[in-house]
Amino acid sequence: MTEKYGIIASFPDTPSFFHAAEKVRDAGYKNWDTYSSFPVHGMPEAQGQARSKVPIFTFLGGITGFTVGLLMVWWMNAYDYPLIVRGQPFFSPVFPFPIMYELTILLAAFGTLGGMFITNLLPQHYNPLFNSDQFLEVSGDRLVIAIEARDAQYDVDATRQFLEEIGGTDIEEVTA
Amino acid sequence: MDATQAALLAKVQPAELYEQPLVTNNRDFNWVTDKICRIVETKTPTWWWICMAVALMTASFTGLGLLWLVSTGVGVWGLANPINWGWAIVNFVFWIGIGHAGTLISAVLCLLKQGWRTSINRAAEAMTIFAVVCAGIFPLFHVGRVWYAWWLFPIPNSNVIWPQFRSPLEWDVFAVSTYGTVSVLFWYMGMIPDLGVLRDRAVQRLNKGVYEGGGAIANKLAEGMDLFRKNFYAILAMGWRNAGNHWRNYEMAYLVLAGLSTPLVLSVHTIVSFDFALAVLPGWHTTIFPPYFVAGAIFSGFGMVLTLMLPLRALYGLHDLITQRHIDNMCKICLGTGSIVGYAYIMEFFIAWYGANPYESFAFINRAFGQYWWAYVMMFSCNVFTPQLFWFKKVRANAALVWIMSIFINVGMWFERFVITVTSLANDFLPSSWGYYSPTMVDILTFFGTFGLFSVLFLLFLRFLPLMPIAEVKFVMPQADPHGHHGDQKGGQH
Repeated sequence: MTEKYGIIASFPDTPSFFHAAEKVRDAGYKNWDTYSSFPVHGMPEAQGQARSKVPIFTFLGGITGFTVGLLMVWWMNAYDYPLIVRGQPFFSPVFPFPIMYELTILLAAFGTLGGMFITNLLPQHYNPLFNSDQFLEVSGDRLVIAIEARDAQYDVDATRQFLEEIGGTDIEEVTA
Repeated sequence: MDATQAALLAKVQPAELYEQPLVTNNRDFNWVTDKICRIVETKTPTWWWICMAVALMTASFTGLGLLWLVSTGVGVWGLANPINWGWAIVNFVFWIGIGHAGTLISAVLCLLKQGWRTSINRAAEAMTIFAVVCAGIFPLFHVGRVWYAWWLFPIPNSNVIWPQFRSPLEWDVFAVSTYGTVSVLFWYMGMIPDLGVLRDRAVQRLNKGVYEGGGAIANKLAEGMDLFRKNFYAILAMGWRNAGNHWRNYEMAYLVLAGLSTPLVLSVHTIVSFDFALAVLPGWHTTIFPPYFVAGAIFSGFGMVLTLMLPLRALYGLHDLITQRHIDNMCKICLGTGSIVGYAYIMEFFIAWYGANPYESFAFINRAFGQYWWAYVMMFSCNVFTPQLFWFKKVRANAALVWIMSIFINVGMWFERFVITVTSLANDFLPSSWGYYSPTMVDILTFFGTFGLFSVLFLLFLRFLPLMPIAEVKFVMPQADPHGHHGDQKGGQH
């Protein structure tokens, strides 16, 4: 006996897909998601999702970069090995600014990409959804909503009926 | 919208604003996916092999030039007092500048919500990365003993000394390496959804077992290729599964990266211009350099995007995705930035006269009428006069003509860097120390070889990675509008 992952349903076009998502949200489901090969404008709101947390990681990266740049230049050129060059000061917050600036951007960018992976729980190469041939067509033009079995409201028959009611077609149970 | 507004709108009946569609001929999602994926999924075209052979041969010139240089010494370049910065820095600035259009398209135009960037941004970003690779070669080998090049970075070494952070050259190390790294991150993140598409398509073919038609060996080979694709793209796609939750975080990350890349791209060429502007040489020591260099970089980069995209559009039949609207917009950016560059050339002359510094005035008169007058003429005619033709719609609509003019822009921008670098060094303060610079065969081989290297990398990109961001192209299509479309096509939405 294989474990149930959930039920997936397809929708014919973007507006019906979008409104169906709003209905799933309003029905009170928690463990579900929409699947489309392009980002749908306004979908996070339709799914009742909060603002993405990625910028937090960007900010942490940026702060780290700025501080590292500042301390590095001071430590290397003014503390560890002071070098007289053209009579310029060993340290000032002005001349290392390009270094601080570039390191801020560099580490903020790493933070952003890393943040995207962390918030999306990637890499995750296996997911039961990939077992469904229908699901693979999302890469083309299929628009899919999947409700997972671990949702508290999940009930095979009721959920299937609900998905039919909101306009879903090709309803399929996916096993893990 | 309240009732008054609705009543008012019903009364005046505003005309629908017509906007040129970004994807023409009413294509659907599957057509877009197929069109872009098939570039990497079908048999390698013959022209690809021919181009690859030519590119590899050309790239070997760089290999030869560098081998010659490393085994002998920097003396094999045409550098001699007082001109100790020759083609190496010219080529470095030239290639870095080309890279700027990629970041401008992917970052600045993203922040400005320009829907038309979608079909060209992936290739332009690839161009950025490969241009940075080509650019990096020159300063790297210019240090002489290239095996010590890692001293440029703040890594502890046996001499216990650190890089000298008061030098603009050290700033350059940080600017260029950050630029290269962030460009790769941005490029890669943008590709993740499309790599997922390529993975899913390979899995679908493997599941269906659609390997018939050819001989037994050919079928087996096709299956093996798909097995390779499945694994290759699966690893790169990191398990992306197009979930709404994924898109939410992805879109935020994309926007943030665009926001980070915008100040980055402006800073890179600014810092490159500091290499010159912070020296006290007449002709270099000017405050106009940062904006003038950035405008020139975008100008040359768009020239290169046109040089690359127009042949690709013809070869792969991408006319519905790279439309006349795209070409028009790119030409207009060339016109705008080319005009800024022209203005900077003239303003430099004005300031040289207005500043009343005899060395500065001499430097500029010498640039235009001195021993390198021919380079100045090349620069001025290619960069100032060529883009002015883009005022005319007829010119912009003629793809062949636009392509030829984009080559002129590339040539002109190379000469700009040559003029700036060499004229100021050759004739500075004391006539007794003047000199004349000409490149040697090694300089020439190394530089022309980089075009081969660039082409090799770009051809590999064409063959293995999605040429256009499929998801973003779909996003600007009317079918992607969650609030319905009226059957007719509209351009960028929201």
